[in-house]
Amino acid sequence: MSETALVVGASSGIGRAIAAALAASGTDLVLAGRNQEELARTAADLALRHGVKTSVRPFEALDFDSHPVLIGSCERLDGVMLCHGQQFEQEEAQADPQLARRMIDVNFTSAVSVLEAAARRLEAQGSGWISALSSVAGDRGRPSNYLYGASKGGLSTYLQGLDARLAGAGVRVLTVKPGFVDTGLTYGRPGLFLVASPEKVAADVVRALRRGRSVVYSPWFWWGILAILRAIPTRIFRRLSL
Amino acid sequence: MRHVSRAVSGWGNYPVAQCDVYRPETRADLAEIVARAPQSSLIARGLGRSYGDAALNAGHAVIQSDRLDRLLSFDPEGGVLACEAAVSLAEILDVFLPRGFFFPVTPGTKFITVGGAIAADVHGKNHHRSGSMAASLLDFQLLTARGDVLTCSREENADLFWATLGGMGLTGVILEARLQLRPVDTAAMVVDQEKARDLDAVLERCAESDDDYDYSVSWIDCLARGRSLGRSILLRANHAALEDLPASARAEPYAPQRRLQLSVPFTLPSFTLNPVSVRAFNTGIYHVHRSGRTVRDCDGYFYPLDRVHHWNRIYGRRGMLQYQCALPHESARQGLVEVLEELSSTRRASFLAVLKSFGAASEGVLSFPRPGFTLALDLPYTGPDALAALARLDRIVARHGGNVYLAKDACLDPQLFRDMYPGLERFREIKDKVDPEHRFSSSQARRLGLAEAP
Repeated sequence: MSETALVVGASSGIGRAIAAALAASGTDLVLAGRNQEELARTAADLALRHGVKTSVRPFEALDFDSHPVLIGSCERLDGVMLCHGQQFEQEEAQADPQLARRMIDVNFTSAVSVLEAAARRLEAQGSGWISALSSVAGDRGRPSNYLYGASKGGLSTYLQGLDARLAGAGVRVLTVKPGFVDTGLTYGRPGLFLVASPEKVAADVVRALRRGRSVVYSPWFWWGILAILRAIPTRIFRRLSL
Repeated sequence: MRHVSRAVSGWGNYPVAQCDVYRPETRADLAEIVARAPQSSLIARGLGRSYGDAALNAGHAVIQSDRLDRLLSFDPEGGVLACEAAVSLAEILDVFLPRGFFFPVTPGTKFITVGGAIAADVHGKNHHRSGSMAASLLDFQLLTARGDVLTCSREENADLFWATLGGMGLTGVILEARLQLRPVDTAAMVVDQEKARDLDAVLERCAESDDDYDYSVSWIDCLARGRSLGRSILLRANHAALEDLPASARAEPYAPQRRLQLSVPFTLPSFTLNPVSVRAFNTGIYHVHRSGRTVRDCDGYFYPLDRVHHWNRIYGRRGMLQYQCALPHESARQGLVEVLEELSSTRRASFLAVLKSFGAASEGVLSFPRPGFTLALDLPYTGPDALAALARLDRIVARHGGNVYLAKDACLDPQLFRDMYPGLERFREIKDKVDPEHRFSSSQARRLGLAEAP
């Protein structure tokens, strides 16, 4: 019997790439997202290429009541991969508290809502894995993107705690911290560097899941970059325009 | 939608044009780009394997559609595949050859998209028997300038179907297509190799026995002169049946042969390919090859150059010009002699040149293949003199009632284009109905007068 994983936010970008990498490893998939047509095309594609079973579900990040229903709708569930997210420019979000709140609700609150429901099910089941896309931006708040960074930093902290909670129940939790990734969100943005492909991040995620890691930076060198960034004393950090 | 402004070129690396490049992730993104991008014209682009300026849009926008590449459905009984336009032939072979199906029309590279194959109405080594892309295309969905999604087939929107086949992306953006794949018993080819001492010999052998082979192509030494003019090696093949395989391989008839993937890691100096090195290479090839029969995997027969990633870099920074012409049966011999003499007299060295026979033409309004022979060459771009040399070839080809292939063209003159493509007027009428404001245009379209500058 092959495993079944739920991938939330699977219609494009990193989510689609991770769904493809999981399918390539023989995992059946439940794909959830907003655009049902795109999801259906991706689901058909992965089923044809990899011979796995796929199905699709609607997902609205801010419809919190629907989240336990989504988890309950999966007949079998061995893994949950959260890939949905939202990023507004820092200046826009600073100027408009609604945007800031929305970003935090989508990236943090909704993730907690889905994963608490998933954790209950997997904990009772006594096996499985949970993973979510956080970000290197969550490792240290910077003036240029601390609102987005805070939403992801909160998510990282949440996953850290969830990992400790579920370790005894045989459920693994993986926090994914990608750097810049070449998706529709980043395409054409100025000032990006060391941009990785979604396929590279997906391969890193699947490998980290297989090895039972709890945190993975992708590509790996962001671990070093963030270690340096975190080590800079506050007095100096304030003067850097990061 | 954001775009990236960058220098874009075809596989020949000549010419290079500054274009605003969009990259949709979803079909909704694509529709929004077509409806709202501020640039006045757009052209869809897949894997960038057309050689010249067909997928360039200097000063305007290019839609890099490579992420709309999903397989949608497959009927294993009938072999009908539905997929999005940016699915590549390589992916189709990866997925469906192990299940016993082959792409029915395959050009010399598998790194092309289904959308590009339709837009250029591509042909393969089996054109003399199986025709062009048109023959295996059932229907497709076209996103038009007005934002409509039209199903085009031989029955529905037939004008648009035949104008889009070979229409170089100028009627809209192909979203998805349904194709008829071809069942095969193995992944191997039975290849017959044979030397022909001159042009007459190769033409004669093709006329005599091409019909015995699904696939036929000849490598031609275009630097040979005098009595050896046109000396060739015929490489003709059929799909291998199970009993053609060695007994040890019959249990897994579709097993891919592992091959070393090579790559040219950086652009070589432009002088790497010069008349001396190319003559040595061509003479070497001719003498190394022996006549006889071999069983080879299909990658080795169909896509020898795909083994070397970025092989176009051997031409250096200045790039190369591909040239492919077709000549009707009645004037093929004379036309080929004049073309080959023109090349060898000016010591224009084509690293690789191939000759093959074409069968019946498709109904594509601007489709390239027509009955007769086709010759394909690549020449280093050495400056305006190289363009002048191709212009001389164009005039020879036009005088003999032939035409040149738009997917490879970078410099054809618009007047000669009109002479070569009698379907032009009809194409314009169809385009005017669906895209009156020339929302879809390209550098090539403006050069050839296929679309006005908006």
